[in-house]
Formats: sequence, structure tokens, C-alpha cells
Amino acid sequence: MIENLLFELEMAAPQVILGLVNGAFYALLSLGLAIIFGMLNVINFAHGAQFMMGAFVAWMLLAWAGIPYWGALILAPLLVGAFGVLIERTMIARLYKLDHLYGLLLTFGLALIIEGIFRNGFGSSGLPYAPPAAFNALNIDIPIMFLPGYRVWVVIASVLVCLATWLVIEKTKIGAYLRAATERPELVQAFGVNVPRMMTLTYGAGVALAAFAGVLAAPIYSVNPAMGANFIITVFAVVVIGGMGSIMGSVVTGFGLGLIEGLARVFYPEASATVVFVIMAIVLLTRPAGLFGRG
Amino acid sequence: MTLNRRTLLGAAATLPALGGLPFRSARAQAANTIRIGVLNDQSGTYRDLSGPGSTQAVQLAVQESGITQRGVTVEVVQADHQNRPDVGSTVVRQWIDRDGIDVVVDVPTSSVALAVNTLVREKNKVFLNSGAATSDLTGAQCSPNTVHWTYDTWMLAQSTGGAMVRAGGKSWFFITADYAFGHALERDTGNFVKAQGGEVLGAVRTPFPGTTDFSSYLQQAQRSRAQVIGLANAGGDTINSIKQAAEFRITRGGRVKLAGLLVFITDVNSLGLEVAQGLVLSETFYWDLNDKTRAFTQRLGALPGNIRPSMVQAGCYSSVLHYLKAAGDMGVAAAKASGTDAVTRMKAMPTSDDAFGEGTIRADGRKIHPCYLFEVKAPSESRGAWDYYKLLGTTAGDQAFRPLSEGSCTLVRS
Repeated sequence: MIENLLFELEMAAPQVILGLVNGAFYALLSLGLAIIFGMLNVINFAHGAQFMMGAFVAWMLLAWAGIPYWGALILAPLLVGAFGVLIERTMIARLYKLDHLYGLLLTFGLALIIEGIFRNGFGSSGLPYAPPAAFNALNIDIPIMFLPGYRVWVVIASVLVCLATWLVIEKTKIGAYLRAATERPELVQAFGVNVPRMMTLTYGAGVALAAFAGVLAAPIYSVNPAMGANFIITVFAVVVIGGMGSIMGSVVTGFGLGLIEGLARVFYPEASATVVFVIMAIVLLTRPAGLFGRG
Repeated sequence: MTLNRRTLLGAAATLPALGGLPFRSARAQAANTIRIGVLNDQSGTYRDLSGPGSTQAVQLAVQESGITQRGVTVEVVQADHQNRPDVGSTVVRQWIDRDGIDVVVDVPTSSVALAVNTLVREKNKVFLNSGAATSDLTGAQCSPNTVHWTYDTWMLAQSTGGAMVRAGGKSWFFITADYAFGHALERDTGNFVKAQGGEVLGAVRTPFPGTTDFSSYLQQAQRSRAQVIGLANAGGDTINSIKQAAEFRITRGGRVKLAGLLVFITDVNSLGLEVAQGLVLSETFYWDLNDKTRAFTQRLGALPGNIRPSMVQAGCYSSVLHYLKAAGDMGVAAAKASGTDAVTRMKAMPTSDDAFGEGTIRADGRKIHPCYLFEVKAPSESRGAWDYYKLLGTTAGDQAFRPLSEGSCTLVRS
């Protein structure tokens, strides 16, 4: 009996770590979504496509321009973020006064178009992108498991970026403006702050976060047009569970759900894709505003 | 109002002619028109290995069959089944009931293929399956309206599984895509391994579609202490499994081997030779196999996404070519009137084409041709774009597929 339990625990320990790695992606993606929703009131369904674009831009930079991983980690979010700014200025900005549904439909349509373009250009099976050899130094090789250094880096990078984002929003002047503009945009504008530009930059920053996650994901998953679509549904569940627009909520829930999903993969693998949604249903029934939401 | 008696009379006189003409010509045309529907994954993980490339292959077959020169019209349409049986069934029902489709081609994703198999039989049309793997299409669920063309799970189990067992891999653990295809591939390979004196230590079922991280499953497989991890999945699932197995060094030390039970050339291209090298896999068509396959590939031209044809796309070409030969032979009207008769005629004729060479179709609907065991080349061995495989061995057609007597197909007993 006790032996059995020990065996199960030993099985579960590596899964907890692997779950954290997936949680790192959930956290980064839901963070971007939360920022965009909190500030713009837009449910950004193009987030998965923008994540995918980040991975593809990393691949293009390497294959076409010879720019390695580290360069891509900075350049890809900037390029995709600029693309986000363009979308916000030309399309999304026109929808702020309308119902949420319009923004959702627009961004969903954009996601389908972007994915279709990449599918036509690059096919569906994906492109290879090798992790830089430098990460082998971080490899964790212990008897119960081998953890590639690159995955360790993914967790570190994700935690750092989440923390930095949280600090910017909660502790800086820009963050204060942002939070104020979320509550009372007219008033903030009256104090001379350029609110429309702030909204544009916020959308750009949220998109850049998605692209950053995309570059992180490129060496792990095959770089393919559907990679974002696979993630985004789970990420939306994470945002709903954490509470729409809550920064802390999305980060904590992202890591937490990655963990739970990891455990489901050991104890009941068939349900591993569903467990997040079961939790979402339970949370919505008991706390409709989400775990960290202000209802 | 410019309507006067003359125009009114004129209109009245032309009405019956107008009404009658299209009706008559449509009927004459319908009797002489073969409608082919290519149903596959146009947007998901199996798009590259089937998708629009399959349609292009079907169009080449139509062109090369020479049937259009004899006054027969052939229309080719395509649709996306999104890997969902309900979507596939709805499309095929509409195709047959509303659009007069005579032949359904390709249909990868076994769960969709099994649904279409039943529907086509019910409507007495023709089902030429190239993309799906499940051996049940010519086994328990065989149909007089279906030909299973390119490959199946039994063939993969024997060829790739056999090679692994011969190399000493006696104990197996499966990572299985949780739907009809994965189950059939796991079952057929497991049976084969046990028949060879090996054992199956366990399996983990992964949700399909939507699983991208296989590291958890790979770790579980590694902990089972099996010598071989059998990947009973396909497309993006296989790509991610192999990629992450390399990342987690699952096969280091050489104690554990990875068996990609269904790996397509498009998967190898996606993985890159650096990761895929040394992988042993089975296919029934490779574009660079001989002069005829190279000529076929050239005639087919560039495929969407700039890929080389997969065995599934080659199978679409070959099966439609053979169907059109049979239809030309028995008369288009007769071929359209009864799908069963058309398939019976196809079975009576030997097959021959550039992609698969000479072959036959068995009573249970199984197309018979050789199966090739390949090894993926190292980057240093590859001499150019898409030069990926080394031929390790060939299984003759009569040995490559499940014996007729073992499939429990009712068509065989009667």
C-alpha cells in the first residue's frame, strides 16, 4: 500500500515540474489577454495567432536572416507587437464604443485569416527550430527524471516577465495611469494623458507578450500555423478561472492549471484535455467573477 | 409598361423551350458525368499529407485516364472534414443526396473514414480510401463499396513493428492517439509483438486533437522500462512526440528505442533530418523510389506548401485512375448506377500505375502492393531537397497485408 503510494508520488514529481513548464506558457498568454481585456475591454481572440506569429518570425529570422534565438527573443515581440499596433489603429480602435461581441468577432476573424495565410505559405506540418545548445548547461539530470535545460529556462523567463509586467502595472507611474484609465478614461484624458495612444501601446504590449511566448515555444513544439489555436482555448479558460482582466489571477491560475493538467496526465490521461474546463465550470458556478476577479 | 401582345406571345412560345432545354441537357450530362468528391483535412494536422495535394493528384488521374477524350465529363470537388466524423458524414450525405457525387476519395482520420464507409455503402456509391489507417475498413467493417488503397495499421505493425522486434525490441509501451486510428494501430502492433514472443507493458491514451506536449507521456513510457516506445499516432502528434523525445533524451544510451509506427514524409520534413535521422518507418510510396515514381512526382507538379507527394496523395491518384479505367470499361452509366458493381469491376481488373506499380484488389477491398521499410538519412547523407530515405527492405504485396482469412470480413466468407 505504502509502496504503491510512494511509486505514485515518484511518478507524479516529474509531472509536476513538466506541468509547471506548460503553466509558464499559460501564464504568459493569459497575462497578455488580461492586460488587453483590462485596458481595452476587448477579448483578443487573435492572441493564439499572434503567439504563432512570434514563433514563425523567430523561424524566419533564423532561416532567412541568420539571426539566432537571442536576437529573435527581442526582435520577434517587437515586430509582432508593431503588427498589433497597426491592427489596433486601423480596426480595433473603431470598436471601443460597441459591445464586447464586436471585438471578439473581429479578432476571431483576424485569427482565422492570419492562420490561413500561414497555412497556405508554410503548410500544416510545421518547421524545425532547434533550441540553442547553450541551454544544455541548465540540464537537470537526476535519477527520477531528465529535464532539458531549455524547459528550465522557459519557466525562469516566464516568471521574470510576469513579475516585470506586474511591477510595471502596480508600481510605476505609467502603470498608475493605465489603471486609472481603465476605471475612468475621460477623467484621465482631462488630466492631459493621451489615452488613445496608451490603449494602442497596451494592445501592442499584450501582443508582444504573446509573440514572446511564441518564441519560447518554437524550440519545444513544431512551429506550425495551428500551434496557437491548440493553446488559446485552454488559455481562455485560464483567464476565466483567474478572473477576467486580473493580472495576478491570470499568472497564478496559469501556473496552477498547468500543474493540475500535468497530474491529470499521469492519473487519467484521457481527461487531461478536459480537466481545465471542468475546473472552469466549477469556478463559474461558485465564483462567477473568477478566483481573483472583482465581481 | 411596354408589355404588348407580341412580346407576350413570344415569351409564351419560348417558355417551354427554355424550360425543356436545360432539363434535357442536364439529364444527358448527368448520365455522362462522373462526380468525384475529395474529402480530407484541409486545415488541420493532416493537411500536408492529404489536403489540397490529394485533390491535385485526383485531377492528374482524371487527366491521364483519357476518359474525358471519350466524351465523359469528370467533376472533382473537395471539402474539409476537420477530422470530425459528424462533419464528414454531413458533407458526404449532402454530396450524395444533393450534388450527385459518385465517388468519395481519400478521407484520412479513421473515425471519419469508418463513418463515411457506412454511409457510402448505404447509398451504394464508391469509397476509395487512401488516407485512413484502420485495418477495420477491410476487416470487421468491410464493405462491397469500399477499396482501402494505400496502407493500413496491420501493414504498419508488421513492417515497422517487425523490424523493431527483429532488432531485439521485445517489450513495448504505446503512446496512443485516443481515437479509432490509434486504438487500431496499438491493437494490431500489440498483437504482432505478442505473436513474436514479445510483451506489451502498457499504453497511455492521449486526447486527439489538441495534445501538443508529449513530455509527460514520454516520461511515463520511459518509466515502464519498455525497450520500445511505440508511437501509435500520426501527423503533428508524431512530430511533437519525436521532437520532444529527442529533447528529453529518451533514447540515450540506446536502451530504449522509439518506433514511429506511422510517419509520413511530410513529418520527416517538419522534424528536419537532424532530429529524424535513423528513424525506421514504413511507406508504400516514396517519390524518389524509382524512375516511375520520380516521373509521377514531376507530372504532379508543385504541391501547395511546396511539398513532395505523400503516399496518401499518390494513393488518391492511383485509386481514381483505376476507378476511371473500370468505369470506362463497364460503361459510365453502369458504374454510376451501382457502386457495388463498380467496385466489383475494379477488383476484377489488375491495377497498374507509376506510383505503386502492378497490383490487385482483394475480395475484402484491400489493395495489394509492396510495402517498403525505410530509414531516415543523416543530414550528411542527404544529397538535396527531400532526399530523406534509405531503403532497408521490401515486403512483397502478398506478404505485406493481413491474410484474407484473418480479417473476419463477411465479403470473404460469402
